[in-house]
Amino acid sequence: MILYILRRILYTVPIALAVGFVCFMLVQIAPGDPINAILPADAPKEVADMLRRAYGLDQPLPVQFWLWLTHVAQGDLGRSLATGRPVTADLANAVGNTLVLAVAAALIGFVAGSVLGGAAAAWRGTAVDRGAIGLAVVGVSIPHYWLGMVLVILFSVLWPILPATGISSDGSGSWAWDMAHIPHLILPAVTLAVIPTGLIARTVRGVAGDILNQDFVTTLRGKGLRPFGIFRHVVKNAAPNVLAVMGLQLGYLMGGSILVETVFNWPGTGLLLNTAIFQRDIPVLQGTILVLALFFVAINLAVDILQTAIDPRVRRG
Amino acid sequence: MPPDSANPPGAAPPLVHARDLTVRFVTRDATVHAVNGVDFDLAQGEVLCILGESGSGKSVTLRALMRLNPPGVTRVSGTLRVGGHDMVAASARAVADLRGGLVSMIFQEPMTALDPIFTIGRQIRETILRHEKVSGAEADRRALELLELVQIPSAKRRLAAYPHELSGGLRQRAMIAIALSCRPKLLLADEPTTALDATVQIQILLLLRQLQRELGMGVVFVTHDLGVAGEIADRIAVMYAGRFIEEGPTGALMRAPLHPYAQGLLGATVHGQRRGTPLTTIPGSPPNLERLPEGCAFAPRCPYTEPACLAAVPAPRRPVPDRAARCIRVPDTAQPPAGIAA
Repeated sequence: MILYILRRILYTVPIALAVGFVCFMLVQIAPGDPINAILPADAPKEVADMLRRAYGLDQPLPVQFWLWLTHVAQGDLGRSLATGRPVTADLANAVGNTLVLAVAAALIGFVAGSVLGGAAAAWRGTAVDRGAIGLAVVGVSIPHYWLGMVLVILFSVLWPILPATGISSDGSGSWAWDMAHIPHLILPAVTLAVIPTGLIARTVRGVAGDILNQDFVTTLRGKGLRPFGIFRHVVKNAAPNVLAVMGLQLGYLMGGSILVETVFNWPGTGLLLNTAIFQRDIPVLQGTILVLALFFVAINLAVDILQTAIDPRVRRG
Repeated sequence: MPPDSANPPGAAPPLVHARDLTVRFVTRDATVHAVNGVDFDLAQGEVLCILGESGSGKSVTLRALMRLNPPGVTRVSGTLRVGGHDMVAASARAVADLRGGLVSMIFQEPMTALDPIFTIGRQIRETILRHEKVSGAEADRRALELLELVQIPSAKRRLAAYPHELSGGLRQRAMIAIALSCRPKLLLADEPTTALDATVQIQILLLLRQLQRELGMGVVFVTHDLGVAGEIADRIAVMYAGRFIEEGPTGALMRAPLHPYAQGLLGATVHGQRRGTPLTTIPGSPPNLERLPEGCAFAPRCPYTEPACLAAVPAPRRPVPDRAARCIRVPDTAQPPAGIAA
């Protein structure tokens, strides 16, 4: 088991390197010259060349990649071309804000989705099943920026009990667990949770339905287990597959929804990416994509290890 | 197929008492008449083998004994008492209390009948803890005893094993251990040897026979294998289209079956014929259980069919006190037995 985990962790090193390379190259092949973005259009060519040398953009690509990698390894993602501030600091703040939002949305979505899907599986073919799956389809289909605006109209304008936008009522740009911040989390988290709820509900319903059709469930009934006893077996058997979908969803949520973060003006990775794209702020873009991709890799690793811990048949070596 | 008479005073009530047991599966598209009026009694410590081909209703009958057919679509009627409990009318809760305690079941596929991600020990332990007020340590000790009882080598180590780490034979032994964990009075076995290798089949059969004698359990054993039936059964019931078409003591029934279908079934198997005698086969195929014929369900395949066969389902006839067959060619000369126990 421990050997398996160590080996699985080692596998992530080449994946992370490849992710880094893709991040680096994606930006290299994107059209547009970042130097033009920070200089006025009529700047002399000498100034542009000087600036290009200062940023190392005149070096061959492999050298640029190596330079970039060594800096990244030391936590230096460069400076924003737009603001001149270190990317790492801005990114850390945005990732922290998005993490709070993503985890809150994931918790809501995973719990609501599991309950809906579990109920649908337990009462297959009944009105409960049709109702739950209907809700799931609606959840997946509603555009969430639209839902976000509707929620703002309902709960901030018509019935003003929750703040409409921003992360705090005291003007700070980063998250804290206090009453100045927590009410701001509710609307965006609920909005973001709707799609994962629908996806998890359908996954749980499918996986649990398959398990309930398996022979061993008849054995469990034959042993006299009550519904709760059978439920425990179904949960454990469904967990590996459901966790895989949850991991993917958490990864997407970490990417931050550009639309939802824009609607609610939430200073997270989505908003950061959005700004960086429009400003051609390559260091910010690269750094953000890299960190998000590494989050994906880490979540996959965690899901793999959890699956192995639950299902002994996955264990090898 | 004893008559529907009351027990003589003083006699122990039978472990299983079934009269006109009927099981239908009702869905929007069709109604399948799986079991169509089965009568039998099983005494304490007796082994009844239900013999029949696929789709004859033998597994459905067996599952009906602990109400394990799929809930929702299953409609059961008739009388069914197991250990004095009414299995037709009892609440789901009451039936769940009996399952695994009074009556338990072994399944055909040890591969899929065990939960793949729970250890063998835990699957036994949860059964014990479900039915008996004992500590976890006591349940673990009992689980170890049970694995030893079903002769699993290095039992202690096997408690921590997952089903996929065991061979088919060991898995079926573990299945038996789970079934026996609360000392049931009635053991139901649904083709428990069919999925196993021939040599392992014999071992499991011998083990079951031995355990049945030691623990004095009543057993209902379902199989399509005549050899298996002859090995383990006190009595055999041959099932066709959801009815017991013949019932009698194992030896007598195997030597001289009364019903043309039972004769055909025995003629189609190798068992002690003279060399060179060709095996016979039964022409045709079993009836569609969604549309059963009015008369004898075997009539379309029977070489002796006459008009009376098609008019109504033949009632059981008894040529000798202990045997019965649903065929109009069988003489009905014996008086119905006074008692129910065979």
